[in-house]
Amino acid sequence: MKRNSLKLALLGTTLMASTAYAEDVTLVIESWRNDDLTLWQEQIIPAFEAKHPGIKLQFTPSAPAEYNAVLNSKLDAGSAGDLITCRPFDASLALYEAGHLTDLSSVDAMSNFSDVAKSAWQTDDGSASFCVPMASVIHGFIYNKDAFAELGIEVPTTEDEFFAALDKIKEDGTYIPMAMGTNDQWEAATMGYNNIGPNYWKGEEGRQALIAGEQKLTDEPWTAPYATLARWGQYLGDGYEAQTYPDSQNIFTLGRAAIYPAGSWEIAGFNTQADFEMGAFKPPVKNAGDTCYISDHTDIGIGMNAASEHPEAAKTFLTWVASPEFAEIFGNAVPGFFPLSKTPVELQDPLAKEFVGWRDECESTIRSTYQILSRGTPNLENETWGASVAAIKGASTPEELGADLQKGLSSWYAPHQ
Amino acid sequence: MNRPRFRWHIVVFLAPAVLVYTAVMIFPLFNTLRLALYTEIDQSRVFVGLQNFQTLFFDPIWSEQFWNALGNNFWFFLIHMLVQNPIGIALAALLSHPRLRFAALYRSAIFIPTILSFVIVGFAWKLILSPIWGIAPSMLDAIGLKSLFAPWLGKEEYALTTLALISVWQFVGIPMMLIYAALLTIPEEILEAGEIDGITGASAFWKIKLPLILPSIGIISILTFVGNFNAFDLIYAAQGALAGPDFSTDILGTFMYRTFFGFQLQLGDPHMGSAIAGAMFAIILVGVCIYLFGIQTRMRRYQL
Repeated sequence: MKRNSLKLALLGTTLMASTAYAEDVTLVIESWRNDDLTLWQEQIIPAFEAKHPGIKLQFTPSAPAEYNAVLNSKLDAGSAGDLITCRPFDASLALYEAGHLTDLSSVDAMSNFSDVAKSAWQTDDGSASFCVPMASVIHGFIYNKDAFAELGIEVPTTEDEFFAALDKIKEDGTYIPMAMGTNDQWEAATMGYNNIGPNYWKGEEGRQALIAGEQKLTDEPWTAPYATLARWGQYLGDGYEAQTYPDSQNIFTLGRAAIYPAGSWEIAGFNTQADFEMGAFKPPVKNAGDTCYISDHTDIGIGMNAASEHPEAAKTFLTWVASPEFAEIFGNAVPGFFPLSKTPVELQDPLAKEFVGWRDECESTIRSTYQILSRGTPNLENETWGASVAAIKGASTPEELGADLQKGLSSWYAPHQ
Repeated sequence: MNRPRFRWHIVVFLAPAVLVYTAVMIFPLFNTLRLALYTEIDQSRVFVGLQNFQTLFFDPIWSEQFWNALGNNFWFFLIHMLVQNPIGIALAALLSHPRLRFAALYRSAIFIPTILSFVIVGFAWKLILSPIWGIAPSMLDAIGLKSLFAPWLGKEEYALTTLALISVWQFVGIPMMLIYAALLTIPEEILEAGEIDGITGASAFWKIKLPLILPSIGIISILTFVGNFNAFDLIYAAQGALAGPDFSTDILGTFMYRTFFGFQLQLGDPHMGSAIAGAMFAIILVGVCIYLFGIQTRMRRYQL
């Protein structure tokens, strides 16, 4: 009798233990952000688990360059995690179309995001959203405050002031006016063309018109940025043609250059590297008082594996990701990656604060080539890299570049034919 | 009436090599060629025959890139043939000189770059030639020739030649070693016989040694050809998949990589990529055949 009750008690505890185990759902998160591993383990996961007992999270990042391939094979094999960190635009759209990502349009928390924020993870007609926007990067210019003070230069707001400042730095000769090279090509397009461009094509207005086929790349708003880039060449360092991206970063953080055409993702690295004070200014406008436009480019989202065994728990987590609480943790832990939710987030980092402050003064847009337009051959994004470099080197005129790009786009994109 | 027994041990001994080679070389090769005959429409693979090749050669968007890459490839090969191989032969001739001191040291020093990884070579030369941190500008400055310096890797007109010369620097040890080995096999008696007839010094090299090492030079040429048309690593390590500036260093290998695996926003297209790989295979095959049937069979060989 006694032994039986012991057995019963043992059985009881195992049953209880197993029920408790069954309630504890573990969600696995796929990501390429292995830089953020400690952030997730020390801040995000504990914060979420404290609020939602019964749901455990496991963050399993892979190397950025391998992520797309690893994820695709895991999804096909059915071994992918419950939550999927989403690359913007076509890479994730392809996953959604292949049935790997769930439509999240019905999740209430999606209303916390603007249409621009959601555009990176939507079907072309905007009817389905499949990832919760997590963070964006903002373009602008980072400058060496000490250098500006030394030379008595005011922070430029218009294009004329911008070039006047560059002239002054060049004349003085202590600093390289602007740290950028054309060797790796993408900086010219990303930190050049798509940085200053939105002011010319009026942000979303021009971008949407281009997608709709109402504007062409030969139109003035799209060629004028190349004309401006052509003027940059003389202010870049000696031998900028062979200067790489890490070269530019080092030149600036060593204090040898005064201005750095930037993306906000540089902030964390620059804060640790540079021992002078840095400030930021937004892309200069043509005339004082013009509406300013900034490239506030959607970069990271998170979605749900359609084959997940715990869809409810996954939705709970995604709702939390869409909340201001997550935004605050994330925005402060990785300065330079800005949360996309409509509720403003209080950031601590002064440089990051400057960048994100532009959202109140300017209209946000995303990089012009990313949505839909880089789907065909030739690839418009890659072509834009080459064109921006050619503009800076003065190898072609803006009109020629516009005509070339337009020819490529028209060759496969129906609204432009 | 005893028929010769079938010699099973031959099959058994051949089997491992044949199986492994088939699995890792022959099957992938033919599968790649097969893949080039398909395309993807609405998430499913469709057979399209030679349409991919038609696109590659006749669609202006593709053919322009293809001919550009092929032309660059020929230039890359030409520089190796005109610079690497003559230098390799000259070095071997010097090294085989009986009175040269420290020959072993020179031999190793010249051969060492060959065993370095492409990534290291690409990175090291990028640093050497860097206009910002590199030692090339300051070295030129020291001898008063600073004006000759240009950011070579960043200029369309120089970048490919610069990379080809870096590759020559890396691989000059291979022709040197092969020719050196060939020179060592030339018997002393022949040279001595020549000396008696009054052929010494440089004319001994041109009239006796060179004809005897011609078959080795032929082998080196074909190795250079195959190696150059399969090249990819150095360009990728130094200039990235877009083979900048403005595709001036784009060769078939980087073009194939970009197309097959995709790049940045450009999604990978395994079918077009395979078509390019097929074209590369054909070019190399034709080149090797021309050599084997056109040149090697006509080459005179001397019994030593």
